[in-house]
Amino acid sequence: MHAAYSAIFEPGFFASPQVHVAAAIGGLVAIVSAITGVFTVMRGQSFGGHALGDVSAAGGAGALLAGLSPVAGFVGLGIAGAGVMDLIGVRRLRGRDLATGIVLGTAIGLSALFLRLTTTSGATTGATQHVLFGSIFTVPAGTVPVVGALGAVAVAAIAVVYRPLLLATVSPDVAAARGIPVRLVGLAYMAALAVSVGLSSLAIGAILSTALLIGPAAVALRLTRRTGHAVGLACLVGVAVTWLGILLAYDSFYWGTSRQALPVSFFIVALVFASYLASGVPAVRRMVR
Amino acid sequence: MTTDELTMSATAPILDVDQVSVALAGRQILDQVSFSVAAGEFTGLIGPNGAGKTTLLRVILGLQRPGSGRVTVLGRHGSLRRQPVGYVPQKVLLDPDMPMRARDLVALGADGDRYGLRLPSRQRNEAVREMLHAVDADRFADARVGTLSGGEQQRVLIAQALISRPRLLLLDEPLANLDLRASQEIVSLLARIASEQQIAVLLSAHEMNPLLPVLDRVVYLAAGRAASGPVDDVITTETLTALYGHPVEVLRVHGRVLVVAGDQPATTGTD
Repeated sequence: MHAAYSAIFEPGFFASPQVHVAAAIGGLVAIVSAITGVFTVMRGQSFGGHALGDVSAAGGAGALLAGLSPVAGFVGLGIAGAGVMDLIGVRRLRGRDLATGIVLGTAIGLSALFLRLTTTSGATTGATQHVLFGSIFTVPAGTVPVVGALGAVAVAAIAVVYRPLLLATVSPDVAAARGIPVRLVGLAYMAALAVSVGLSSLAIGAILSTALLIGPAAVALRLTRRTGHAVGLACLVGVAVTWLGILLAYDSFYWGTSRQALPVSFFIVALVFASYLASGVPAVRRMVR
Repeated sequence: MTTDELTMSATAPILDVDQVSVALAGRQILDQVSFSVAAGEFTGLIGPNGAGKTTLLRVILGLQRPGSGRVTVLGRHGSLRRQPVGYVPQKVLLDPDMPMRARDLVALGADGDRYGLRLPSRQRNEAVREMLHAVDADRFADARVGTLSGGEQQRVLIAQALISRPRLLLLDEPLANLDLRASQEIVSLLARIASEQQIAVLLSAHEMNPLLPVLDRVVYLAAGRAASGPVDDVITTETLTALYGHPVEVLRVHGRVLVVAGDQPATTGTD
């Protein structure tokens, strides 16, 4: 019994302060991503969500270069990117692709510039790795309340516009005819999306933030018939894969003899992929229904 | 033009469209369109594709500002208007994987414009159940809307539009993607609702034949201009020739109406 326990939880897992911070940030980020992600998938804006990840990467890299807080960089530029996408025309279906493509390209270019300047000017090694692929074990404990507060704002925004957003997703014309300010509601959602992607860039990296945004939501959409249930299930899946990913990454230090931990982001993304595959299995579907 | 005056009743019409003109990108879409609709009336908005039917519906809904003229719904017009108008659009985004049951979509018709999360309400659930029953959609109330057939989705969308108890129901090409049988079912459902609940129904279609048994009146749109009145007054060779601005002929074959221009049918009636 004890042997099995220590095989699952390698020594010091529950005592490690880094694990505590990682679990707190990972859990918060997973919940915020799952909630916004359900709407992202329903609105068919996964590509837009990914582009915002690239924008946050540029923000994170810029913040490193300027010596600012990475959270401010990731989230701040993400919101600006969401605004630009709305201006270019993210509301129209064709305009949406265009807006996303233009913003995404520009953002990656800026990231390349900022990261090169950072790695050549300062002593910060691994900046590229941190910004693009995350560094959840190195986040300072003081970041947790900031992540919690920003996440709460994003979730509150979604809660306020919940019904109008759903109606506008199904039919913008019906929503507009009912007097709903469709563009404003869409903008509130885009801002929540930007915050959510910014936060998850901090945790699992800008490039991989899409996985935590889309994966759990896509799993939930396959398994439930109701929007509210999909939101709840996406949160559960998101938190489960994130915490399990943290555990596996911690344990991986003790695997083999190399004494080198594998990246958390890899485990989280692998688990997201596995759960998406599992959600397609009929037996799993019946179990949840 | 047989723009008949509001002589049918002493009460004001539910909908009054007065001299409405719309130009989009320099092109005249609607040219001085006038007609009115009374309670309990079933009106067909008929015309070929591109005649301006959708634009006219958008003007009535307040989604498109007319260049000139005005629309009055229940005696009110302009931005003061906050009258419930039920609307069934031509296109809705209902993917099969959308996590939304038929009953959830109908509930959105009741409170989709409210902010904040929805609290449980027995009264709302009951209203949704009643509405699904009224459109004969009880069987698939708990199915995902995206997995329903075109006709079933149309019923759910009608229930969604009706749950806010509008006096006026607008439908944009609701029969466009339905087979003959589903079309007939939707048409008789709408006719029943119009007379039972005294709702004015304005339905756009490019093909008028499935509607002929139930139409009280017709608004015929061609080249942005409209003629309105009882079917037999409007769908005539003289009226439609004046409307199209070139010779067309109205043929009645086995109870069906065909509008032909030269050798080419102007509206499809040959299916």
